Amino acid sequence: MQTVKMVVTGPFSAGKTEFIQSVSEIDVVSTERKISGKEERSVKESTTVAMDFGRITVDEDLVLYLFGTPGQKRFDFMWEILSEGMLGFIVMVDSTRPETFREARSILETFRAYAPTPYVVAANKQDKKDAWEIEDMRHALRLDAKTKLLPCTATDRASVKSILLELLYSILAEMESGK
Amino acid sequence: MALRGNLRDFTVTQLLNLINLAQKTGTLVVDGPSEQAQIAFREGKLAFARVGNEDNRLATVLHKSNKLSVNQYRTIVERAGHMTDKELGLALINAGYVSQEDILLNLQGYFTDIIRRLFTWVEGIFHFEAEMPPPDDRINVRLDLENLIIEGSRQLREWEQLQDEIPSLDMALKFTERPLKNVNLSVEEWRVVSYINPKNTIRQIAATNKMNDLEIRRIVYGLLQAGLVEVTRPEGAKVPLPQRSFPTENKEEQKSLVNKLIGRIRSL
Repeated sequence: MQTVKMVVTGPFSAGKTEFIQSVSEIDVVSTERKISGKEERSVKESTTVAMDFGRITVDEDLVLYLFGTPGQKRFDFMWEILSEGMLGFIVMVDSTRPETFREARSILETFRAYAPTPYVVAANKQDKKDAWEIEDMRHALRLDAKTKLLPCTATDRASVKSILLELLYSILAEMESGK
Repeated sequence: MALRGNLRDFTVTQLLNLINLAQKTGTLVVDGPSEQAQIAFREGKLAFARVGNEDNRLATVLHKSNKLSVNQYRTIVERAGHMTDKELGLALINAGYVSQEDILLNLQGYFTDIIRRLFTWVEGIFHFEAEMPPPDDRINVRLDLENLIIEGSRQLREWEQLQDEIPSLDMALKFTERPLKNVNLSVEEWRVVSYINPKNTIRQIAATNKMNDLEIRRIVYGLLQAGLVEVTRPEGAKVPLPQRSFPTENKEEQKSLVNKLIGRIRSL
């Protein structure tokens, strides 16, 4: 059996667990715990502390694993471990919480430093009325025109599929360019 | 328990706060990246400070702050080199060169500057020597720490923000397509700009310009915000290729595998 993996990362409450849940064929193996911090608890009740783990079986010889990283900074020691051997990564950003954009940028830079693999940025919660426009987010996140910044709704399977496909297209394009 | 540890776990601001609250007397010794600082306190107030081998004699401090002319300074060094700072201070006041207030204000300014420099140290080992009171032969001040603690906290917040923006100094910088024309840069910024090249890491640029982590991050952050540069992986750096991203080394098989993944995701 051959296995490959992709990593879904991003700040706290960006929607990483939901993203994986939308496409995983197994119930996501999640390490969620009740949140202790008052400020963070006002955003959501529980959070991922080690990793989320989803699976998509391609055929009897190939399986794709999706790993979600913990979003809170105090668990960032897990990031490097999870990034080992990844095909590429997705940075999830909550489009309605501009206060997390700087952290998203920092996470993106950190993962780029771990491995020179392709990545895409998913602007999650684009279905919410207070979501930032994609191009405004591009400026705020300081992404160049070449970086794929894609609208996303992590709870919508079609939307998640399109993000995964865009990442795979980037991986393929990089292989074909011989990098 | 001995007060000792690492600045990574306990910041200078936190140390000052502790010394202030506990009204401690003694000397905080910090072994930083390239030099040692010794900060002496009496009953929780700053009394004296020195860093590395810097000449911190009273005559030098007053000369640097233009309270003594070059000639006066030379004369003092030649004729009064054997005097302690306390003796020299008295002699200068009696001779009408400076007032007591001048001396105290300038020493306070000098010591405060050392603390400010210490705020930029993020690496280092510290210990507090309760048995090492402020030096008797030097002029001590009595400076409340509250304002310095507030300033340090502000700087700490800035440091944390800059670390978020530029998490790794081992990355390089490259110019964007935006031209550098009509841009007003400071001397320090130009010094950094002159070394921007995908071959040089930010850490190497800092070392060449003798800048600490905070100083280089401030400048790089400004250049990034202005859209003049972008972060890139250093050229020629050993790329930490992911350990076997693909289960096969064969390029065609890898492509076939990615195409299989694409097909599967489409069919979901």
